[in-house]
Parts: sequence; structure tokens; C-alpha cells
Amino acid sequence: MNDVVISVRELTKCFGDFTAVDHISFDVHRGEIFGFLGANGAGKTTAMRMLCGLSYPTSGTGSVVGYDVMHEGDKIKRRIGYMSQRFSLYNDLTVWENMSLFAGIYGLTKKETEKRATELLARLNFVSERDTLVGSLPLGWKQKLSFVIATIHRPRVVFLDEPTGGVDPITRRQFWEMIYEAAEEGTTIFVTTHYMDEAEYCSRVSIMVDGEVRALDTPARLKKQFAADSMDEVFRILARGAHRGE
Amino acid sequence: MRTFIVLLQKEFLQIRRNSFLPRLIIAFPVLVMLLMPLIMTMDVRNVNVALVDLDLSVVSRRIASHIEASEYLDLIETTAEYQLAIEALEQGEVDVIVQIPDNFERDMMLSAPERISIIANAVNATKGGIGMQYIVQTIARALAELRGENAPVGFSELMTVENRYNPTLDYRHYMIPALMIILFILICGFLPALSIVGEKESGSIEQINVTPVSRFTFILSKLVPYWIIGLFVLTVAIIVARLVYGLEPAGSVWAIYLGALLFIFTISGFSLTVANFSETMQQTMFVMFFFIMIFMLMSGLLTPVDSMPEWAQRFTLILPPRYFVEILRSVYLKGTSIAELWVNYVALALFAFVFNTLAAVTYKKQI
Amino acid sequence: MKHNFASFVKKETLHILRDKRTMLIVMLIPVVLMVLFGFAISTEVNNVDVAVVAPNRTDGVRDAVERLSQNGYFTFKGYISHGEIDSYLRAGKAGAVLVFAPDYDRGVAQMDAGIPIKPLVRLVVDASNVNTAGSATAYLQSVLLGSASQQSMFETRMLFNPQMKSAYNFVPGIMGLIFILVCAMMTSVSIVREKEVGTMEVLLVSPVRPVKIVFAKMIPYFAISCIVLVTIMMLARYLLGVPMSGGMWGVFLLSLLYLLLSLSLGLLVSTIVDTQIAALLISAMVMMMPILMLSGMLFPIENLPGFFRIVSNVVPARWYIDAVRKMMIQGVSIVAVWKNCVILLVMTVTILGVSLKKFNDKLE
Repeated sequence: MNDVVISVRELTKCFGDFTAVDHISFDVHRGEIFGFLGANGAGKTTAMRMLCGLSYPTSGTGSVVGYDVMHEGDKIKRRIGYMSQRFSLYNDLTVWENMSLFAGIYGLTKKETEKRATELLARLNFVSERDTLVGSLPLGWKQKLSFVIATIHRPRVVFLDEPTGGVDPITRRQFWEMIYEAAEEGTTIFVTTHYMDEAEYCSRVSIMVDGEVRALDTPARLKKQFAADSMDEVFRILARGAHRGE
Repeated sequence: MRTFIVLLQKEFLQIRRNSFLPRLIIAFPVLVMLLMPLIMTMDVRNVNVALVDLDLSVVSRRIASHIEASEYLDLIETTAEYQLAIEALEQGEVDVIVQIPDNFERDMMLSAPERISIIANAVNATKGGIGMQYIVQTIARALAELRGENAPVGFSELMTVENRYNPTLDYRHYMIPALMIILFILICGFLPALSIVGEKESGSIEQINVTPVSRFTFILSKLVPYWIIGLFVLTVAIIVARLVYGLEPAGSVWAIYLGALLFIFTISGFSLTVANFSETMQQTMFVMFFFIMIFMLMSGLLTPVDSMPEWAQRFTLILPPRYFVEILRSVYLKGTSIAELWVNYVALALFAFVFNTLAAVTYKKQI
Repeated sequence: MKHNFASFVKKETLHILRDKRTMLIVMLIPVVLMVLFGFAISTEVNNVDVAVVAPNRTDGVRDAVERLSQNGYFTFKGYISHGEIDSYLRAGKAGAVLVFAPDYDRGVAQMDAGIPIKPLVRLVVDASNVNTAGSATAYLQSVLLGSASQQSMFETRMLFNPQMKSAYNFVPGIMGLIFILVCAMMTSVSIVREKEVGTMEVLLVSPVRPVKIVFAKMIPYFAISCIVLVTIMMLARYLLGVPMSGGMWGVFLLSLLYLLLSLSLGLLVSTIVDTQIAALLISAMVMMMPILMLSGMLFPIENLPGFFRIVSNVVPARWYIDAVRKMMIQGVSIVAVWKNCVILLVMTVTILGVSLKKFNDKLE
């Protein structure tokens, strides 16, 4: 089973007596687009933060690209990319400066950085914005740039936390094209989203409710299982029983 | 190493991009060094005197002319009514009232003449006390002069005074090293903390946390720019002191830079430690303000440590600026060597080590 | 509408109460300042280390040293040799060195007989510390000469502060500083923060009038300042023993005016800048520095060079501190400082007017 990239067993996180993530288990395979769904407050972001080494699990085990999330966080970090739901590039640096900053952080040499950044800019049709301050870009562009920067070091897995929040449909479409391209190149995509149409694009989908994984399968089989026409319906059926919410 | 350089470049870019910081870093030290020495003088001069002359004699006129001649005293008014003088004192127009009793001249040669009364406004205790001393000395001199040639030798002739290291007792020379330290505390103390908390508030720190950058590298990349800026500020301050006030370091410049470097290490490390414990800029600012206030007041910058009570003096031992104040003043004005001040250097090095370690340890990448 | 306003005030209060650390610091700063100024810091010099160089330790020299070490003002650091003077002063082991002439005793005898003499004692002071140097010289002279004859000539009185506590002088200064810190700095930062985060827009689209939103922000800070004010006054009265003979109410009333002024300043800053850092820096540079330097808190106004003395007239704290000082220590009533009150009132109205206008202009 060499192609298991993320493997999670009984992973749990408590904040005081509140259990944010409650014994979840799943595997994610190489090249998959893994949709991680759930209502607000279901525990998606917390689970994802544990996998990225931003937060320690209370109990359970998890491994990402073969390394343990509890003890080998630094090794994991070198091999993953992460895009947070909050825009978190440097607004006071230019597009190019942000790219070379993160390329440098991930250990790309100057030459590699130059080559990779030029290539990515071209792919984004961003060449003319090279020296624009990131703060002055429209939101959709910022999000695309964030994604590109999260993959600048060709990570084995990319974690995307609600990457398309607040973005217009056309940009969302382009965004998903970028995700597909990356997946075809062998990058595993781990993505949380609120848009159920996006869930249809995923290879497999898990749905979290109240800190637990309630369903996990391909969109087609999930629809069959719940006798639903769309992922939207599947989601509603599962989320109806939720106790937490906003 | 490459990671570090990239991060460092980013810090400098961000400082340069900021519309405010570069100007602050250059203009602030220059302005402080140019203006503050003119203001920061606790020298008591211009003591305003009201003379209540009930005697109207040669003696009282002589006293008046001596007061007028003194460079510290200003004779504001001469009146025959005590009430007027006391009103002026309450209004703050007058600091000291000298009242010469009726028939003072006649009684002067008697064994027990009626005494001259001196009333000082002691709301400002320092000014009141020193003003009082000036007056007593001035009048005593006037009276001694009047007593004629056969008077005993004046006291000032028994003793000669040599004001070593600052012959003109220039208050500015005393304050300039203090100002340099205040600059360090403000620039290297506040800015690194604000820069880290700024990243926390904007969320970009999260993006860094998920990268393999070690916390040591990240913290160092935050500190190094301010170390360089600190040394730059010191250089500017030294140049201004030389050009404008003609004050050159009496001791070795290296001793100054070594002490400054250790102090900058300490204060910036302290600043980051505070930032690690704060969530918002407002919080950081207030916590820093609290400590900086104690640093400034207790470390001998403005008031002598020797004058504090025992417990307070012992407390100053845990304040890093205390050691640097001593180093900078001694080296700058007295030419003291590193060997003579080794205890201070060692103490600062220890503080630098402790605070920077603390900053690196308390910087959490994970929760 | 009234209900709306109350709910805004409540929201602000919650914001402030939630940040316990800042609250704690705000409450702690005045207390620590009062204790430090009251008990730890003294601008007077009251301890000087003195070393003595005496080629012959004659009776006269020993007698002088005896008088010296009995004086609480000096600490006798021992006899040293001529060559050690510089190293002692340089390393800070002594603040002053007294050098007695070899024929000190004979000289003193001659002087007593009225025969003119050459100076018998040389005093070498470490003048790098100007304060210490000045007072050490004066005190040493009087100790050495035991000048009894002079003192009897004068009757001296220290008005208003007979024990010469420097703390008295600082209390009004601390008040002038703290209220700017709490009111102006905190309000400006909290308003600008809402701008930065974007919540200000949410508030502005609500049916509450914009001016009310801003006032709602000010009220909790005003309340905190009132607590701080009472704390300071209690500490001043009962811990430091400041007389306050002019009546507490006058001080209180004037302080309320000053609080309003500080809040208006905070509002003004918040209309000018857009980021928290800028608000903090402006508060620090344009408000704190002038208060520390130009208000007479630390450095007497009459010592300022002419230009700065003129500038100091526009520093509100100058007028406030001056009035509070008079009321607290000299015991005059608020009527006697009417001039200061009027100036502060005019300043408050002007600043408030300008900032409200700017605030409204920005909305359009």
C-alpha cells in the first residue's frame, strides 16, 4: 500500500471538555482529490490543522506522506503545501517577492526559484502582475496566487482550507482546473469546501458531522447510498442530525 | 542558510515598503538627539526671587545686586510688602522669597541680629531645595564682602574643586548617553514586537508556521533587521553628538558598540518574548509600555540609582538597562575600559542569552 | 434608539473586559507609578561614595573623615593613593575624591588665626553625573567647614512641601500621562482596529447614527479612566500623603474635563490614520513625547529654550498638570486656576469639533 499518502486512525482533539474532532479514521491515496466536507464548526479545520502539524492531536494517530503527525511535524511540513481559509500571503510584498520568499523557505535554489516562478506566472497569465503588490490584487487572483504558492515546491500533498470562499463562479472554475492539473501531476489534494457542486468534482468525499466522519466514498456511491440526486441532498440528510452549528 | 537569507530579505522589504518606518528610523534618532538635550535639563537655573526689603539699606541693596548678578537667580520683584510676594509665589511667578528684616543693617554687627527669612516653594522639591542653597550662598557671599577686608578667608578658598570628565558641568553631556539608550529601548523594543504581532493579526504567520522553517530561523530573521537598525541608530546618534554638541566618546568606540550590541540583543529578545504572549497590537503595546516605563524610571537613566532605598536598588539588579546605562555613561564620559566594566558586560550578555532563548522557546508553531 | 445606543456601549464594554491582560496593565500602571515615585525614585542625590587621599593621616584629617562618615549623605570608601584617583572614579568606585594637602593641620591653624592660606583640600568629583557632582560639592564644603556661623543668619522655610518629597511633584504629572494613555491611545487604537478588521463598515450600515457609535466606543474608556482617577487620588492622599487641601472635588472636576479632552484627541487620531500601528505611533510620538518633555512633568517649563516654551502652550497636559499641582499641593481652590480651566475647555471643544467634523466628512 505504498500509495497511501494520508492515513488517520482514531484521531481526536479536545479543547477543554469540548471534543472538536472525535475519533476520525480514513486513508487518502496518491493523486486523489479528497473532499473534506462538513458544516461550520464540524471540526474540519481542526482536523486539517493537525494533519499540517499546526496543532497536536489529543489522542489517536495520523501519518502524512509516511511521517507521524505527533512527532515528525517538521518532516511533514517540508513535503506538504497549505492554503488557509484566511488569505495569508504578505500584502506589502509583490507577487514575485511572495513567490520567491516561499520558494526560498522550502529550500529551492535561486535558479530553481527563478525557473519555477516564471513557469507558474505564465500558467496563471500573471506575468504582467509580477511586480504588483499583493494587497492590491482582487480576491480571486489572490486565491489563485495562494494556491500556486502552496504548490511552488511541488509538495506531495496540498491542503486547501475553503480555497474558493467568496470567489466568483468563473474564477472558481479556473481554480478547480488548477486543482485537476496538480492532481494529474501526482499531487494529492485535500480540500475542504462549502460548495456542493465542488464536492462533485472530488474523487472521494468525507462528510463530518459533530466531529465525526459520518460518510466516506465517491460522490456517485454516496448519492446511491443515500438515494439522493446531488451531493447537496446527501449533505442535507447527514447534516440534519447535527447538534453543533453556528 | 538560504531560508534565512530569504526571510531576512522579506523583513527588509517589508520595512522599506512601510510608508512610515524608514522615515521613523532615520528621523526619530536625529530629532531626539537634536531637540531633547535642549529640553532634558534638570539643572536648576532661573530661580525667580522676590525680595521683601523692610530695611532699605546699603546692605539690602548689596544683597539685591548680588542676586541680580548670580547666573542662577533672577530677581523678579522688590517690594516692601510680604503679602504681595507670597501671592506671587502662589501664582508660581516666584520661587523663593527673601525677606530682610527692618534694621538689619544696624543690627548686623550685633551678636544676634534678627534673621533673614527665606521662603521657598517646595512643590518641586528639587528646585526648592537647590534654589534655597543658591540663595543662602549668594547672600552669605554678599555679607562676607561687606564685612570688609579683614574677614576670615572665605570657604571656597579652603577647597578647590575639580569637576573631572565634565569640567563645565554640562547637563547635556550627562543626558546624551541616556538619550541613546532611550532610542534603543523605543526602536528595538517596540518595533520587533509590533512586527510579529502584526503577522499574527494578519494571519500570515500561519502560512509560515506550516512551512519547515524552524522557529529559531524565523525568530532570528525577525531580530537581525532590528539589530542592524539599532547599530545604525547608535552611529547616527554618535555623529550628531559629535557634530552638534562636540561630545566625543572618551573611551573606546568598540567598548560602546559591544555594550550596545549586547543591549540591543537583550531588548529585542525581550520584545519578541512579550509579542509571543500577546494576541493584539493593543495588548503588546500596553505590556511593553508597562515594562519600558519601569526600565526608564528605575535603571538610573533619569534619576540616580544610588539615591534609591535599599530594596529598590536591589530590584534594579534585574533590570538590563541598568547595566547598559552604567556602561554607556562611563565609557562615553569617563573613558572607562571594558576590563573595568566586565561585570556589566557579563550581566548584559546573560540577559541577552536568557531573553533570546525565551523568545525562541515561547514562540509556538503548534498549539 | 436609546436601546440601540445601550447595546453598543455593552458591546464595547465586553470587548474591553475580554482582554484581561490589557485591563490589568491599565489598572496596574498608575499604581506602580505611584509606588515607584513615592518610595523608590528620588531626584535628589542622597548618597555619594567618597574616597580620601591623605599623605599624612593627621588628627585634622582623621577628624574631617570622621565627620564625613557620620554624615548620612556620604559613604566613606577608604583611603587611597594619589595614583588611584582616576581609576576609582572611572570604575565608579567613588563619586568624589578628597585630596588633603600634606600640611593640612598647619594650614587650618593658620586659617583660624586669620592668616591667608593656599587651598588645603582638593576635591575631585566625577562630573559625568552632573546631579551628583553639584550637590556633592555643596554638601562636602559645608561638612568640611562645619559652617555653623552662616546658618544662624537665616531662617529658612519650605512652603507646601516641608519634607521635600519629590513624589508630590510627580503625582499630577502621572495623572496627565495616564489619562492620555488610557483615553486617547486606547480609543484611537480600538476605533482604527474596527476599521482595519472591517467591522466598522458593518456598524456604519446599521440604523444607529455614526456619531453615536463613536460615543459608545468612548464611554467604557471614560469609565475605566474614572476608576483610574479615583485610584490615583486615593493613593496620592492616603499612601503618599499629598495634602489635597484645595479640595478633592476641584481636582476631580478638572480631571473629568481632561478626560473628555483626551477622548477627543483619541477620536481625532482615529480619523486621521488607517492602521493600528500608525495610531500607536502617532499617539506615542505626538502625544506621549510632548507630555513627557514639554508639560513640566519632568523638566521645568521655565528651563525650556524659548521656542519650546512657546510650543508647550499647546500641550494640554501642561495646563492640566499645572492646575492639579496647584490644587493638590498648594491647596488653592479650582476658582484660582480658572485660567487653566478655560484653556482646557476651549481646547476640548475645538478638538472635539474638528474630529467630529472629520469623522462626518469621511462618511460622505
